[in-house]
Amino acid sequence: MTDLWRLNAREISEKVRKREVSAVEVMRAHLSRIEKLEPRIDAFLHVNEHALSRARSIDSAVSRGSVDLPLAGVPAAIKDVLHVANMPTTCASKILRNYVPPFTATCVARLERAGAIILGKTNMDEFAMGSSTENSGYKPTRNPWSAAHVPGGSSGGSAAAVAAQMAPIALGTDTGGSIRQPAAFCGVVGIKPTYGRVSRYGLVAFASSLDQAGPFARTVQDAAVVLAAISGRDDHDATSVERRFPDAHAETDGDARGLRVGVPWEFLKRGVDAGVMTSFREALDQLQACGALLRDVSLPHLAHAVATYYIVATAEASSNLARYDGVRYGRRAEGATDLDQMYGETRDRGFGAEVKRRIILGTFVLSSGYYDAYYLRAQKVRALIRRDFEAAFESCDVIATPTTPSPAFKIGEKTDDPLKMYLEDVFTVPANLAGLPGLSIPCGLSAGLPVGLQLMSRWFDESMLLRAGHAFERLTEHHLRRPPL
Amino acid sequence: MRDWKAIRARYEPVIGLEVHAQLKTATKIFCACPNRFGDEPNTHVCPVCLGLPGSLPVLSRQAVSLAMRAALATHCTIQTTSIFARKNYFYPDLPKGYQISQYERPLATEGYVEIPANEGFRRIRVQRIHIEEDAGKLLHEGFAWSNDKSGIDFNRTGVPLIEIVTAPDIRTSEEAHEYLAALRATLVYAEVSDGNMEEGSLRCDANVSVRRSGEAALGTRTEIKNLNSIRNVARAIEHEISRQVALIESGGDVVQETRLWNADRGETVSMRSKEEAHDYRYFPEPDLPPLLVDPEWIESARRSLPELPSDRRRRFIEHYGIPAYDAGVLTLSREVADYFEEAARASGNPKAASNWVMTDVLRKLKEDTRPLSACPVSPGRLTEMICLIDDGVISGKIAKDVFEKMWSTGAPAGMIVECEELTQVTDASAIEAVIAEIVGAHADQVAVYRNGKKAALGWFVGQVMRKTQGKANPRLVNELLRKALDG
Repeated sequence: MTDLWRLNAREISEKVRKREVSAVEVMRAHLSRIEKLEPRIDAFLHVNEHALSRARSIDSAVSRGSVDLPLAGVPAAIKDVLHVANMPTTCASKILRNYVPPFTATCVARLERAGAIILGKTNMDEFAMGSSTENSGYKPTRNPWSAAHVPGGSSGGSAAAVAAQMAPIALGTDTGGSIRQPAAFCGVVGIKPTYGRVSRYGLVAFASSLDQAGPFARTVQDAAVVLAAISGRDDHDATSVERRFPDAHAETDGDARGLRVGVPWEFLKRGVDAGVMTSFREALDQLQACGALLRDVSLPHLAHAVATYYIVATAEASSNLARYDGVRYGRRAEGATDLDQMYGETRDRGFGAEVKRRIILGTFVLSSGYYDAYYLRAQKVRALIRRDFEAAFESCDVIATPTTPSPAFKIGEKTDDPLKMYLEDVFTVPANLAGLPGLSIPCGLSAGLPVGLQLMSRWFDESMLLRAGHAFERLTEHHLRRPPL
Repeated sequence: MRDWKAIRARYEPVIGLEVHAQLKTATKIFCACPNRFGDEPNTHVCPVCLGLPGSLPVLSRQAVSLAMRAALATHCTIQTTSIFARKNYFYPDLPKGYQISQYERPLATEGYVEIPANEGFRRIRVQRIHIEEDAGKLLHEGFAWSNDKSGIDFNRTGVPLIEIVTAPDIRTSEEAHEYLAALRATLVYAEVSDGNMEEGSLRCDANVSVRRSGEAALGTRTEIKNLNSIRNVARAIEHEISRQVALIESGGDVVQETRLWNADRGETVSMRSKEEAHDYRYFPEPDLPPLLVDPEWIESARRSLPELPSDRRRRFIEHYGIPAYDAGVLTLSREVADYFEEAARASGNPKAASNWVMTDVLRKLKEDTRPLSACPVSPGRLTEMICLIDDGVISGKIAKDVFEKMWSTGAPAGMIVECEELTQVTDASAIEAVIAEIVGAHADQVAVYRNGKKAALGWFVGQVMRKTQGKANPRLVNELLRKALDG
């Protein structure tokens, strides 16, 4: 078989466990796929040179009778903000060029324990700040559907790798939409889990109260298997929790009958691309056709979500990124004659424009005299947004919106207008502010580019998302479309 | 120079202290690295305390338990919910670029520490106690490249600290001294901290202002840092009060600023002004959930507390009938108090036990610079000696020599008395013979005495004691001398 790269994760794992194919063959197929497509896509910052030897050890484990590996031999691409010990983590920033972490992120270690093999580290917006992967300190990644378009961001490399079939699954992180938005732009499935579901240990922090790692895959079921593998309480993360996550396969066997789908129409009135709206309406019709009940829900404070998000996220970022001072690791600017100069030049040369913009913004909103007007008020709005969702979920099981207001934009189109870029996040940031789980699933094309349907559910009710998502996949064929590569 | 004392007396100093105490935990506060002082630099470090990207803090329960003990020992109210916050500033010894501390919602509030005052005790209010992590330590000398580079030792990074903040209740440098001594004793008793200021496990900053006596409004304050002993805290405050008074008297204004104490030069120097002060941009630490302590946890912390110095002092005064001052000295350290109490109980003579411990045991320990744990005279041995005095076997004067010999040889008092034939002479006829001899030889002194100068009796006592090498029972000597001289 030469096109093993076409298989999805469940198929790979099953074949490897039944020894129909070897993990080495699967890995070789993906590595040559990467070799072939990477020059066009630029999804990776680092490819794991030990992937094949790890595949060999999976094969020998299987031959010794290890069958309890739900992701046996499945290649996985990891966003370069998650640590894999002895592999560089750069966060796509020059300030961390050649930085090699001494430990592996808990979610990555759990993925490996489930039998997955790390393919490499994927490109992203620097420190996960951006919506297009254009803010990478190294290179932009291209959308597999159109080389002129962005793959979304900040987990653009992971989304593009899965869409281009260079990897069946990938991990990304989502602080304001950074999994769901690129999943939508690249036509793949992406899940942002409930805050606390997945350990953040080994995830280089952007905004600690919003960051969550989650899966990319080409089917809901694959995403469910990955999510089940990486979930759970971790002693290294005090904000992680243990919540039952039933068997990943059983989760996705349901249908849409009786599913109450809430739609916040008031929130979708303006600024949504016509093609996106058409796909969204069709998706709702399809859900309804197979038994879902549509509800109009009100989320009045969502109007302030983007403003709130950019205060909370930048405040936390300004503090989280203070450690990159050139003292202990990373790149230190040479030639400074005093400490302040060393700090200043190291950070000036090491950080890109968007990162600096957010550090300055975050420093400002926390400053004495401004704290109450910005940070404190944002925290209050955040509580109101959470309350809006609580109320809305009394009358529905999932809330549906388009994942993004428009499909992928052109490379360079929004780089000069940060505000326009920030508005990309309008439908995704509410779930982060409230800590809710969110799923993006392909629901059509607009002018040849994928459109994403976002579903959000109650806290720790990822099962509901997976059930709804899987039901939607069974009705439609959007998830079977592949980019023309 | 005008009368400086009179000028100073017109001002009232207002002093508040901020004390940082390292907690005696097994591990650091947010990671599993050992909490140990004095090892090779950077041997107790991990991704968490080095603040490496992707690491997260996890709070040590033991640190919270010890902090709660400190809070209970200072009569504070423990808040069932407290919140960690980030204090943001750049410095090479702070690897994350922020210190995890508590800000708006500290662990404990509104307690007090008692200090001795004219009539009994006075309360210095404690406003708050919060938990935070220690920073690392910059090393500027002692290695090959110290001429052009500084090193950082991260062993101390993440060592748990509590900060104990007083209300501005302290009025003199002596009170500051008393407060620190009492607080240190409390923390050491409660086994919260080892209270060693020289090693930095206890550190103190002082906020000092002065105002004209009778004025209600507070003067502008300065904060003094780098105070590495209780004595230096008192010295620095004393100096700062004088500096501020002199400044105001000469028509100047005190500037709100942070000043550094220079112990060698005995003065404070400006470190940074209010304008240069950091804006720490505190905000709630998103990596740590709110710290919730339930009543059971507080109760178990309360149960684990030993009797505290202030309670023990009160009990010593009431139960053993010793003076307040003595009780204060004896209870400053738990070991000394234990030592005293053992001797007081066993001998049945608390007053004697107190005197011996205060004047002899503590003096000798200080001379030898050894800790009480290495004291050659155990409470049992001291008891034996006190009993020898009380039973009239030796005199108090001889006992001083016996004590010295016990100290140097470690031998029991009874053995020393026996070997050196120091037993008191209580045989009246033997003493009378000595008296007769002296009275016979000194008719002039007898005349002086008989002419009304009764104080001359002391001279005769001295003669008798010398003749008997101090072994004669002093009470008997007095009695028999009066009889002989008064006729």
